[in-house]
Amino acid sequence: MPSDFETIPRETGAADGAPPRSEVSLTINGRDWSGVIDNRVTLLDLLREEIGLTGSKKGCDHGQCGACTVIVNGRRVNACLSFAVMHQGDAVTTIEGVGRPDALDPLQAAFVAHDGYQCGYCTPGQICSAKAVLEEIAAGVPSHVTRDLEAPIATTAEEIRERMSGNICRCGAYANILAAISEVAEGAR
Amino acid sequence: MRAFSYEKPGTLAEAAAAGAREGAKYIAGGTNLIDLMKLEIETPAHLVDVNGLGLDRIEETAAGGLRIGALVRNTDLAADPRVRRDYALLTRALVAGASGQLRNKATTAGNLLQRTRCAYFYDTNMPCNKRAPGSGCAALEGISRQLGVVGTSEACIATHPSDMAVALRALDAEIETMRADGVARSIPIGEFYRTPGETPEIETVLGAGELITGVTLPAPLGGAQLYHKARDRASYAFALVSVGLVLREDGTGRIALGGVAPMPWRVEAAEAELGEGAAAACEMLFAGARPTEQNAFKLPLAERALAALLAEARS
Ligand SMILES: Cc1cc2nc3c(=O)[nH]c(=O)nc-3n(C[C@H](O)[C@H](O)[C@H](O)COP(=O)(O)OP(=O)(O)OC[C@H]3O[C@@H](n4cnc5c(N)ncnc54)[C@H](O)[C@@H]3O)c2cc1C
Ligand code: SF4
Ligand code: FES
Ligand code: FES
Repeated sequence: MPSDFETIPRETGAADGAPPRSEVSLTINGRDWSGVIDNRVTLLDLLREEIGLTGSKKGCDHGQCGACTVIVNGRRVNACLSFAVMHQGDAVTTIEGVGRPDALDPLQAAFVAHDGYQCGYCTPGQICSAKAVLEEIAAGVPSHVTRDLEAPIATTAEEIRERMSGNICRCGAYANILAAISEVAEGAR
Repeated sequence: MRAFSYEKPGTLAEAAAAGAREGAKYIAGGTNLIDLMKLEIETPAHLVDVNGLGLDRIEETAAGGLRIGALVRNTDLAADPRVRRDYALLTRALVAGASGQLRNKATTAGNLLQRTRCAYFYDTNMPCNKRAPGSGCAALEGISRQLGVVGTSEACIATHPSDMAVALRALDAEIETMRADGVARSIPIGEFYRTPGETPEIETVLGAGELITGVTLPAPLGGAQLYHKARDRASYAFALVSVGLVLREDGTGRIALGGVAPMPWRVEAAEAELGEGAAAACEMLFAGARPTEQNAFKLPLAERALAALLAEARS
């Protein structure tokens, strides 16, 4: 009985037959945003189309490439496989919030120094993912290549490669991406 | 994508009632459902967001096991110190699946209920009995390299793609649910998935709107706990074949396979053959198997993967 659904709170616009919309407020790169959006809008489309933060990229729109990787409440996720209405109250960091041209994050600087890209399309996702990878290793989150599940995890090239596998680079800049992340990991140690 | 209305209930009773309404579907991490909604393979009129139900904890049970909330993320389950120590097979299976980003969103319940990755299920131009009952199965005469070899039917040869479920099957997990009328029940994972038969669109024994609230694990089995996943690239790919193994000091153990059947595949009788080696166990695991020409390689691949794990467990 879809008609019941029109009475659900927090929802606007369903009664007149228009696609259901919802109100959502969240924080993006430290700034509050709120608005009423079609329930179908993904977090990626909210960022790119509604807010104009085009750093996060749409490669596949199906969770298969990682170009849309952003950090939500401290954790990396694929923004294309998330509805924006499900992010009420969340804190989102995109590449624009990681650093600015005049104040690069160490990972951004390392990607420049090591030529960690060619076309650059996958790079925002790579960098957001890499930031989270270094935190995940420090927090002891195991990976597929972690042999001893109970010992502290070393930031080896093997660990970085495996953990970055959710970010595909069509240009094949992997060797330089690994070099950039490894340099920052070593600096942090 | 079809339009849908959205609600995020705060109590189990509200969620279970909302989920039973016509056209409604639960959404957890969304990593499988949104993918399928974009392709209009899933077309819910209403989404019930289960992220506000407080089902995100892992607790110890009186029986010495663990109760894992339905909304515990795959990352958090794999990283939990008790799971790493006592249920290493579960950690190893989880981290073999998907990517770091996806595991951060994917939930215990959503992972169990993810749909097949059969390419024809995803291609809405092709016949598929699972997606469009009665339309036929394009895979039988098509590309079947990835698909199932055992437990399949004339109507569907798809596999269940989960790595996590393989570990849960070997570990004898039980799935806890709540029905729309508020009644709770616990389903052993061995009884949770259905073989496709004539109705491949019906994948589990869950009733309409039945909400998964958690998964319980019995007390730890001990022993060596290993998982091997054979796939077309080293990471971020679904299994061609995966093997979960528990081998205890007394020689007893458990085997479950992924990538070969419409459910995590376990044949308890095969475990009595562990001492005889991989070939003897696989003969029982694959009794009645009906591979296609393209996926017959999965039988020797599984046997070799099991042999390698047995050697590793004994070393
Ligand atoms: C590119 C890619 C690669 C992947 N690779 C792998 C892999 O190698 N191995 C692997 O195992 N998985 C893999 N996955 C699948 C991934 O593990 C699943 O998408 C994920 O586990 C689903 O969990 P979710 O919480 O996001 O589910 P959702 O998408 O939210 O839901 C999935 C289904 O479960 C139902 N549901 C959710 N919660 C409940 C509940 N509490 N009660 C009742 N019903 C519920 C929903 O209605 C829906 O039908 C991959 C996915 C992608 C996109
Ligand atoms: S194997 Fe199953 S899912 Fe694949 S096309 Fe045939 S019926 Fe559909
Ligand atoms: S655009 Fe999100 S994973 Fe490809
Ligand atoms: S730099 Fe071109 S896709 Fe990675």
